[in-house]
Amino acid sequence: MERLNQKTKMTASIIACIALVVLLVLSYTNTGTTSMLRSVLQLGSIYALAAASMNLLNGFTGLFSLGHAGFMAIGAYTYAVLTIPVNKKANVYYLYGVADSLANVALPNWLGLIIGGIAAAIIAALIGAAVLRLKSDYFAIATLGLAEIVRICVASSPMARITNGSLGLKNIPGFTNIGFIPAYFVPFIVVAICLVIMFLLINCSYGRAFKAIREDEIAAEAMGINLARHKQMSFIISSFFAGIAGALLAMFLGAIQSTTFPLMLTYNILLIVVIGGMGSLSGSIISAFLVIAAKEWWLRFLDVEQYIGDWQVPLLRTGFRMVVFSVILMVVVLFWRQGIMGQKEFSWDGVYNFFRRLKTKFRGKNTKAAAEGGNANE
Amino acid sequence: MSNQNVLRVCDATMQFGGVVAVNNLNLEVNKGEIIGLIGPNGAGKTTAFNVITGVYAPTNGAVELNGERIVENHPQGKMRELYNGENLGKYNDVKVLTPDRITKLGVARTFQNIRLFKNLTVFDNVLIAKHMNMKGNIFSDVFRINRKEEDRMKAETLELLRILGLEEHKDDIATSLPYGKQRHLEIARALATKPSLLLLDEPAAGMNPQESDDLMKFVGRIRNDFDLSILMIEHHMQVIMGICDRIYVLDYGTLIAEGTPAEIQNNPKVIEAYLGVDE
Repeated sequence: MERLNQKTKMTASIIACIALVVLLVLSYTNTGTTSMLRSVLQLGSIYALAAASMNLLNGFTGLFSLGHAGFMAIGAYTYAVLTIPVNKKANVYYLYGVADSLANVALPNWLGLIIGGIAAAIIAALIGAAVLRLKSDYFAIATLGLAEIVRICVASSPMARITNGSLGLKNIPGFTNIGFIPAYFVPFIVVAICLVIMFLLINCSYGRAFKAIREDEIAAEAMGINLARHKQMSFIISSFFAGIAGALLAMFLGAIQSTTFPLMLTYNILLIVVIGGMGSLSGSIISAFLVIAAKEWWLRFLDVEQYIGDWQVPLLRTGFRMVVFSVILMVVVLFWRQGIMGQKEFSWDGVYNFFRRLKTKFRGKNTKAAAEGGNANE
Repeated sequence: MSNQNVLRVCDATMQFGGVVAVNNLNLEVNKGEIIGLIGPNGAGKTTAFNVITGVYAPTNGAVELNGERIVENHPQGKMRELYNGENLGKYNDVKVLTPDRITKLGVARTFQNIRLFKNLTVFDNVLIAKHMNMKGNIFSDVFRINRKEEDRMKAETLELLRILGLEEHKDDIATSLPYGKQRHLEIARALATKPSLLLLDEPAAGMNPQESDDLMKFVGRIRNDFDLSILMIEHHMQVIMGICDRIYVLDYGTLIAEGTPAEIQNNPKVIEAYLGVDE
């Protein structure tokens, strides 16, 4: 493996950052045909955050949790309940009325976003003490149950004056301009900040301790790492970011119901994590955008009847998109189990060596073909 | 104080259900000593290690470290009826520590079947052992407020790898090392916790004579360099006899002999335990 020098990497990083920003600005200014691209990018960034937070727990600490939809729901509902404008509350809670204590509450949306994350973290702290005693599969089942409990609680009638029961909440304030920055860029900025914090976390001493727990619990404990405390920490941090992702999703959608956070949501995020590579944050980010783009955009044509001349292409009808999507997933899991990145993080060395390998492979084929051609001539 | 006591295991009994794995074990390690713990398969040696390191709490008995009682237990609950060991009523306190707490008190260990952090580099393997002594909390760590602490940990790790001759492998993945080096790495990782007592569980298992000879020298060297006391389980008699100051012999969970290597070699009970008695 060859390494690039620091200067080249620096330049590459700066160029890549500028390119990203320019692309984002282009996607914003180029209105019209790119509306799909814009919502895919926004939704992709929200899923990237959700997937990265799940990866922190599943991929880095080795705790296989399936409770992510629950924590996202907590974040989303906390955000929505606290930020719906006072004058619109009567309209939203038209059937049950709004709880008296909430009638005059309408926090600014940045505060609601943070409180959404904190609410998810607090629930995680309370649940974690009990649930984290369980190992592997049992932990997964317990967290799965937790997500379902959250979903059902939110839709239940005792909560109706807070969460509006199964009617869901609407008129949720979306992204707003921050100073001169247009609202469109807000999710990217929030997600970028959260991801930077996560990258800092996995590269610090606590992050290494999490990885040690993933690799070998018994050895980690023998090295003086307090298992209960570190697992709890990882669970809380992961849930905090899941809560933020949920709140962002509520901002993006503008209306949420308990059915917005079904178990399928957890599985979708898990798929993103697996495709990106368990234990690679950059993998989660890349695969979040790929999966969302494929699911919401690139594979859309499969849902519509298509004609080539007079001939109708068979099978193409509403729902077929998900069949193809599932097949792609199966292929990935069967033949590419490591996912896009495995356990590695994105690095310029990695990119450089990837292309070098590709080049030698390509050259190797050429020379082989030439040699065979030569043999045939003889 | 050359004869200062580091570890004392007092009447430790470990019973699983009706099976007594370790029965009334008394064991002492003094400062600077290398002590061997031997016995046939299933004699309870690793269980004794697990009692000392906090993986199990003893059913009855106590463990003292540097004269301070760190673990004490007596049969409780169902075990009160099942217990068929001795010294009932002698230990009435309940003091149980988790393995990480015991490591913090200065007892480090290696494992019978190597337990490295497999997918991490050699450097990270050792660096992780520095985590428990890190100053600061998760916020100062994540936001890099305390960079000096991180630098100190990295410098110490590098220094340790250099002393132990693993520096050239520092960026290799742990499992890519040859078997003997993996054993060295596991010891290096244990040393990174700055222990006063090191427990080695079959460090020479699976090694050829040359490698186990190297290991012996290595163990002797780290004892001097790091001011350690060492308790080791080993099956290679050549290693045990060559390096240990004293030896304890376990059979069916019970201590059958203790003494210097020469005494042990000629002890009829030990010979009987290992070879069986002539009818």
